[in-house]
Amino acid sequence: MDTGSTKNRALVSKAINKDNPVVVQVLGICSALAVTVKLEPAMVMAISVTMVIACSNLIISALRNLIPSSIRIIVQLVVISTLVILVDQVLKAYSYEVSKQLSVYVGLIITNCIVMGRLEAFAMSNKPLPSFLDGIGNGLGYAWILITVAFFRELLGSGSLLGYQIVPQAFYEAGYHDNGLMIMPAMALILVGCIIWIHRLRNPELMED
Amino acid sequence: MLMRMKFLRDYLDKAKPHFQKGGKLHVFHSTFDAFETFLFVPAATTPPQGAHFRDAVDMKRSMSVVILALMPALLFGMFNVGYQQMLASGEVRTLLENFMFGLWKVLPLIVVSYVVGLGIEFAVAQVRGHEVNEGFLVTGMLIPLILPVDTPLWMVALATAFSVIFVKEIFGGTGMNIWNPALVTRAFIFFAYPSVISGDSVWVTGLRKGMDTVDGFSGATPLAEATASVTSGLSGSDLLRDLPSMWDMFLGLIPGSVGETSTLCILLGAFVLLFTGVASWKTMLSVFAGGAFMGLIFNLVGGSAYMELPFYYHFVMGGFAFGAVFMATDPVSSAQTETGKWIFGFLVGLLSVLIRVANPAYPEGMMLAILFMNTMVPLIDHYVVHAHIRRRLKRAHVQA
Repeated sequence: MDTGSTKNRALVSKAINKDNPVVVQVLGICSALAVTVKLEPAMVMAISVTMVIACSNLIISALRNLIPSSIRIIVQLVVISTLVILVDQVLKAYSYEVSKQLSVYVGLIITNCIVMGRLEAFAMSNKPLPSFLDGIGNGLGYAWILITVAFFRELLGSGSLLGYQIVPQAFYEAGYHDNGLMIMPAMALILVGCIIWIHRLRNPELMED
Repeated sequence: MLMRMKFLRDYLDKAKPHFQKGGKLHVFHSTFDAFETFLFVPAATTPPQGAHFRDAVDMKRSMSVVILALMPALLFGMFNVGYQQMLASGEVRTLLENFMFGLWKVLPLIVVSYVVGLGIEFAVAQVRGHEVNEGFLVTGMLIPLILPVDTPLWMVALATAFSVIFVKEIFGGTGMNIWNPALVTRAFIFFAYPSVISGDSVWVTGLRKGMDTVDGFSGATPLAEATASVTSGLSGSDLLRDLPSMWDMFLGLIPGSVGETSTLCILLGAFVLLFTGVASWKTMLSVFAGGAFMGLIFNLVGGSAYMELPFYYHFVMGGFAFGAVFMATDPVSSAQTETGKWIFGFLVGLLSVLIRVANPAYPEGMMLAILFMNTMVPLIDHYVVHAHIRRRLKRAHVQA
């Protein structure tokens, strides 16, 4: 039992750090660029993706012995799209503003490579509980990157966090300007690049030649 | 003069042992090397074996030539800063007073760009144990010349740091960068802080802070006037009447970035670069050819005042000449193959005129055209080399 729980914990921690879906596997970059202008949509997106990965991993893992291999992608897609539609409806019902900001990107969770990747690579060959934890881990790994990037983009690009102005008005009067480049997608890529840079420095075994 | 040189040499020789292996200041040896080779031609000679020669004109010497070539544009730019402010405010000043006025406005920009850029270069060289390279001596001088004189210093510092770190050091330092670092500095400010680098009130010092001007002074650059003519529907002859005279634009008595206004001074610099062989005449010539080609096409098509503007006006407006002479010829980010230089330069000129006339959001197309073509350089060189290989294979009748 003890070894089992260590293994389970490793499933989560590995996906957050050394096997991170964004900075190591370089998946899910498109949404990391698109929804990180402001912190709030990034957080909502992070939670939504985590829910979808974890639940679809759980469901597919439970069904894995019943799915004929030839149609497994279709079955996986049906499960993912069902979950995404659920997330979309919940967002529309309870936080309509954010849902409008995220617009098409909620629907596009279906095409998020991390979701399909985990189903194929993990859930199809593991038991439900580890699969669920793997989904949580990968979701959190995606989440912290998204939130870090969004934190810097909103702080430096709009001078605010979660919509509240952080940079004091006196700064603007003294000649400070918000950085317009931070609002552009190019800067999200550079920020992700910086995170990868620091991450590799701390984990030299991940460096490629 | 010789006496002083001797004193310097002696001083360096005395300090040298401390920086060599085993000396107590060894960690700073790359800093020491940088200063020593800056002051004196290195003593290293070509080894007896090997198929190469070591030229006395090393990178430091060729960089110094570029700095020399920039001097006319810089000195005129300083004068023009004062002159434009005089026109705007209606004060009366002599030529020398205008120059001194501009000197004090431009000097801080130069100091900030050098301190920040060289600081990062030296730090990175220390950390990596590299030699300090002198590429930044030119970059640091180009940066103030392509910015509006009133750019806040902290923005210059931030943009310089960004471009040195993300465009140069990340790719491996001097000689490894894909884009021209000075232009990326400008692009950073252009996209991050558009309010200080575009519009009519940024080119003359004091205007942005709401200085009182004489009646009728707008501060708009010729490029801005030409761009505005498209929306206001001026006729071609009206635009020609509104623009400063060809001669004024050639001399550089117009608002604009510090060093870009005077085509005459830039041509003086171009002469120095070409005479010493530091810059490629092919790149320079083809930029002008590309600009003329696109300008002539617009002249033929016609339709708006800007399109009907005689093509040679593009050479004296904005940063076209400066970009052609000092930016497109950058030996690192420009094409490496000889045919590639023609293609690269021609497309730079063509695109910059195209952006100027066709896209009202970017009155100045030179920066974007050069950066875009910098990105394309590896592709151009790849195909030039392969075309060459194919041609030679055909000639040799090799059965492949």
